[in-house]
Amino acid sequence: MHWGTMISTTVGALLTLAVFSFLYKDNPFYKFAEHLMVGVSAGYWVVILYYTVFVPNVVGKLQAGQWYYLIPAVLGLLMWARLTRKWSWVSRYPLAFYLGIATGVAIPLEMKAKIIEQLNGSVDLVTQMYSAQAGWATVVNNILILIGVISGLIYFFFSKAHTGATGGVAKLGIGILMIGFGASFGFTVMARVSLLIERLQFLLFDWLHWY
Amino acid sequence: MALWDKMFAIDRRWVYLALGLSVLISLKIPFSIPVPVSKEARNIYNFVDTLKAGDAVHLAIDYDPSTLAELHPMTLSILKQCFEKKIKVVITALHQNGPGMAAEAIDTAVARHLARTGEKKINGVDYVFLGYKPYPSLIILGMGQNYRIPFPTDYYNVPLDSLPMMKKIQNYNNVKAILNISGTSATDYWITYGNGRYRVPLAIGVTGVMATDYYPYWQTGQIFGILGGLKGAAEYETLVGTPGKAVDGMKVQMVAHLIIIVFILVGNIGYFAERKRRGQETL
Amino acid sequence: MKRQLPLLIISVCGVFMVFQYFVPHETSEFLYEFIALDWPPIIGIFALTLGIISLVRVSFTKIRKRSPDWQFSIVTLLGLIAMIVAGLPWFGGQKSSAVQWQYQNIMKPITATIFSLLSFFIASAAYRAFRARSVLASILLISAVIVMIRFFPLGPLTGAVTWMADWVLNVPNLAAKRAIIIGIGLGIISTAMKVILGVERSYMGRD
Repeated sequence: MHWGTMISTTVGALLTLAVFSFLYKDNPFYKFAEHLMVGVSAGYWVVILYYTVFVPNVVGKLQAGQWYYLIPAVLGLLMWARLTRKWSWVSRYPLAFYLGIATGVAIPLEMKAKIIEQLNGSVDLVTQMYSAQAGWATVVNNILILIGVISGLIYFFFSKAHTGATGGVAKLGIGILMIGFGASFGFTVMARVSLLIERLQFLLFDWLHWY
Repeated sequence: MALWDKMFAIDRRWVYLALGLSVLISLKIPFSIPVPVSKEARNIYNFVDTLKAGDAVHLAIDYDPSTLAELHPMTLSILKQCFEKKIKVVITALHQNGPGMAAEAIDTAVARHLARTGEKKINGVDYVFLGYKPYPSLIILGMGQNYRIPFPTDYYNVPLDSLPMMKKIQNYNNVKAILNISGTSATDYWITYGNGRYRVPLAIGVTGVMATDYYPYWQTGQIFGILGGLKGAAEYETLVGTPGKAVDGMKVQMVAHLIIIVFILVGNIGYFAERKRRGQETL
Repeated sequence: MKRQLPLLIISVCGVFMVFQYFVPHETSEFLYEFIALDWPPIIGIFALTLGIISLVRVSFTKIRKRSPDWQFSIVTLLGLIAMIVAGLPWFGGQKSSAVQWQYQNIMKPITATIFSLLSFFIASAAYRAFRARSVLASILLISAVIVMIRFFPLGPLTGAVTWMADWVLNVPNLAAKRAIIIGIGLGIISTAMKVILGVERSYMGRD
């Protein structure tokens, strides 16, 4: 292996081991790695923001004679007023501009993607049940999904006390939610273990070449 | 100390050691487990497989090194399939620490393709890497109007109009689908703003933590496929015929899962024994 | 001036964006493309660097005051400076090999390993807290175990387990997550309305 690659991989491996040392207990090696990561990541962000956003989207536009790009640049600069107590209110203007756009754009699209489409999908389940090809399994499953969605929503509906019939349906809703959270937990275990596998693959194979 | 007390009192570091050793040992033992392919993964493969040479897809690589274990194999497999099918790829990275991941995936995929086929894939002709911009929701909407609004240049500061591949690509109308590989909420933005506003077909490859949250979108057709975690990655590696780190990782997953299930069982046996004993004491 | 104008800006921008979605007139398309979608990322450059500036300030304060572990703040600042220097134009900016080297050999291993620690914590949590204490906890446990063993080669049982896991994911999980998604959707919309109408003002801070 090229010595340069070996040194680079060794640096990565030693930092990996420094982080793993936290499993025994908090220690200076872990703290070193953690603080180094924060610094380097912040530096990386500066580099990326400067070269891939500021240069093409501001400098490039101004060089092309599109002077009106000074407006968002100045608005952006006003954000830095946050750093002073006296002038921090000035940063509300650019913030208001961004928030207004981001929230305005969200209303119709969130409504469409998260509510209308989801309700459409639920209605489709009813339609499917009446189609000629629907077997009994489809019918049962679709009914279960519909019951699950409705009871789950009732569980989240806090304007009415969860007593009597509402309480019963809400309880069913919690049960359905628990199955969903169980599935999420099962997948989360896989996700977390994957990260460990990758690190050990790196240490064993990429660093030690211990195939 | 009674047995159930011992079951309760295992120091967390023994749990760590057991998990660490089981992963380490199973990595070294040469065996494999079958990776059956789910419909969610096959849909994505089939979609890309039916595209014609010269068609374009948008590969949105929205993750940083914290989730590379699960997502990098997905990206590499999809790039392999696209390169082999001569499908052009528009690549973005909307995670602030993600451009490095995307650049690495591209370099690896290009090098592997060169080694396998002798054909060199060229930036600007076979693929373009647009890079990063902040505020994913507005960037996704911007690209839907025209890629040049948020990205006047690519990641390497080359104007988009001077890249041969981008001459025919204005917005999502000119890509067949968006394949989003993500470890962040960017996936929600792609669904809400990309598919929601522009109706562009969308498939996702996400971390295991996120995967179960997207099944409702799969049922409604807002997304046409899901790759969930390392298993999803292993499925795609199997589909493209190059089993790699993800397929290799699945045997280790099985052993690690077994260990965790054993710990859950031990904890529960201890708990029920303790409860029974307490019940007897109160009697 | 300090409060009313920002509220007005938010309302005008917010109402315009909702209006624009439903009325894609030429003028509204122009404003949508060339202001609404083009300008915020530029503002974002400055907004996001606030975080970096604040990190530098906090680190310097820790060093000056000799707070506990102040030495590590020097490490943070050195890491920051090393990356910024590596990315100076003379070295090739974001494409410089020194930036790539630090990304590959410092950022990548540390970030990946910090998150991999979670595998140990989830194993420990599963052992300590994942108990069948009640019917609901048992449902959670059973659902989790079915999903966990779905890729095990279990011989004749494999088909049944795969079917069960698919059922869990595509029926009860789908229903639960749909209820959550609709809830989140309603939450986002109502919060957005409150911001546009000036009811929610916490983003403005005090004074």
